[in-house]
Amino acid sequence: MLPLVTKQLGLSVDNKQLLHNIWLELTDNHVTVIMGHNGAGKSILLRCMHGLIEPTEGTIHWAGCKASSIETRKKQAMVFQKPLMLNRSTSANIEYVLKLRDKSESLTQKYLQSAGLEHKADQPARSLSGGEQQRLAIARALACEPGVLFLDEPTANLDPGATLKVESQVISASQQTIKIVLVTHDIAQARRLADDVVFMSDGTVTEHSSAKTFFSQPASAEATSFMSAYIR
Amino acid sequence: MSTFSQVFSEVGVLLSGPDPDLLEIVWLSLRVSLTATLAACAIGLPLGALLGIKNFPGKTIVTVLINTLMGMPPVVLGLIVYLMLSRSGPMGFLQLLYTPTAMIIAQFALVLPIVTALTRQQIEDNWSEYSDTMNSLCVPLTQCVRTLLWDSRISLLTTGLAGFSRAISEVGAVIIVGGNIDHLTRVMTTAIALETSKGDLPLALALGVVLLTIALAVNTLVFSSRTRIA
Ligand SMILES: Nc1ncnc2c1ncn2[C@@H]1O[C@H](COP(=O)(O)OP(=O)(O)O)[C@@H](O)[C@H]1O
Ligand SMILES: [Mg+2]
Repeated sequence: MLPLVTKQLGLSVDNKQLLHNIWLELTDNHVTVIMGHNGAGKSILLRCMHGLIEPTEGTIHWAGCKASSIETRKKQAMVFQKPLMLNRSTSANIEYVLKLRDKSESLTQKYLQSAGLEHKADQPARSLSGGEQQRLAIARALACEPGVLFLDEPTANLDPGATLKVESQVISASQQTIKIVLVTHDIAQARRLADDVVFMSDGTVTEHSSAKTFFSQPASAEATSFMSAYIR
Repeated sequence: MSTFSQVFSEVGVLLSGPDPDLLEIVWLSLRVSLTATLAACAIGLPLGALLGIKNFPGKTIVTVLINTLMGMPPVVLGLIVYLMLSRSGPMGFLQLLYTPTAMIIAQFALVLPIVTALTRQQIEDNWSEYSDTMNSLCVPLTQCVRTLLWDSRISLLTTGLAGFSRAISEVGAVIIVGGNIDHLTRVMTTAIALETSKGDLPLALALGVVLLTIALAVNTLVFSSRTRIA
């Protein structure tokens, strides 16, 4: 799958420039964290990477293949900011994806266990708690056996305990050599998970550096002020 | 002309023992309206879902057209079906006029726009939540339709119910294409209209009570199954 390469990526909708001049290269099978203020364009960039939105300028390729090609997209999975629970049981949510990808439904149990939901298998998915729904959404995405997993603020509405459970799910996916691209506002979470950090501001990437560099001495002024607001 | 209380006591007598004529009428009503509704659902549910999901040029026109057909007066529709089925009509060779099949066809045409329009609205509302995930998973269109229909099953039950209520309660279409022939095409609503005009109020009223009871029973059934499949 990797590397992901964007060249001069831009997107305008109705004469509004939402993304512009994004040059990005993701090479390692690690956790990439995307940070930035609300409205910086993080979710839209994720959609472009996932091939859901065709950029209006520049190019975006996964290992040389166009991001919007169906073969490339089938090797990726995404959990949206507000994950959709299919109106059926917890296990049926997993089975749906397994069937879709022609995989054995006997794998359901494995994915339920990975989400810590085996005891809620028969419960309607929509009756699960926020944290459980998020874990189910991630497990369902993993059931696609993706090479890349996109997560858009997966813990934005969760309490610290639920957040840690989601994070451990993400870490274990990453250890199975799934590339993780995660958007978050939570700097502490970024510190815990990130191998490299992409910082976005006003529709463009102002900085892409290793986590170590980013958290010790962010290069861009935007990132510096974002971090200092957090420290105070 | 009997007095008000006399009418009601006769209604009681009619409903207490199984009157074969009454049963025949009730059975035919149910058979015609249920068949018409099921057939309309078989086509209207997937069609409505497709309209709710897929964008295509002219979608607005199609939607407005179907929504308009929802309000089609049954007598007008009966007239159209009558012209189609009459001996000189395009489907006259089938010789279906004044048969229960003709009544099923008329009610099917009456119910189809209702089921399609309500389904489209329901599925379109849900699709705004589903589209991202379905696109992300690369779910093919036909399977999107099936997924949305199944996930909306509870509200779609009410859609089917609306269609059935329209079918069982209409009189204009069945009287034109069925002719209200005794022991052949007489259903509850046409019988009520006839008996009232003849002055046989007890029979008309008894049929009215049965009609309401069926409506109540069907609604109760649907409501209880809603909680079961939820
Ligand atoms: N479909 C769209 N059409 C027009 N503007 C949009 C659309 N989607 C998002 N935007 C705008 O693009 C900007 C970036 O949005 P988003 O990527 O969701 O930000 P965030 O970084 O908080 O995830 C916002 O100002 C938003 O209003
Ligand atoms: Mg966002």
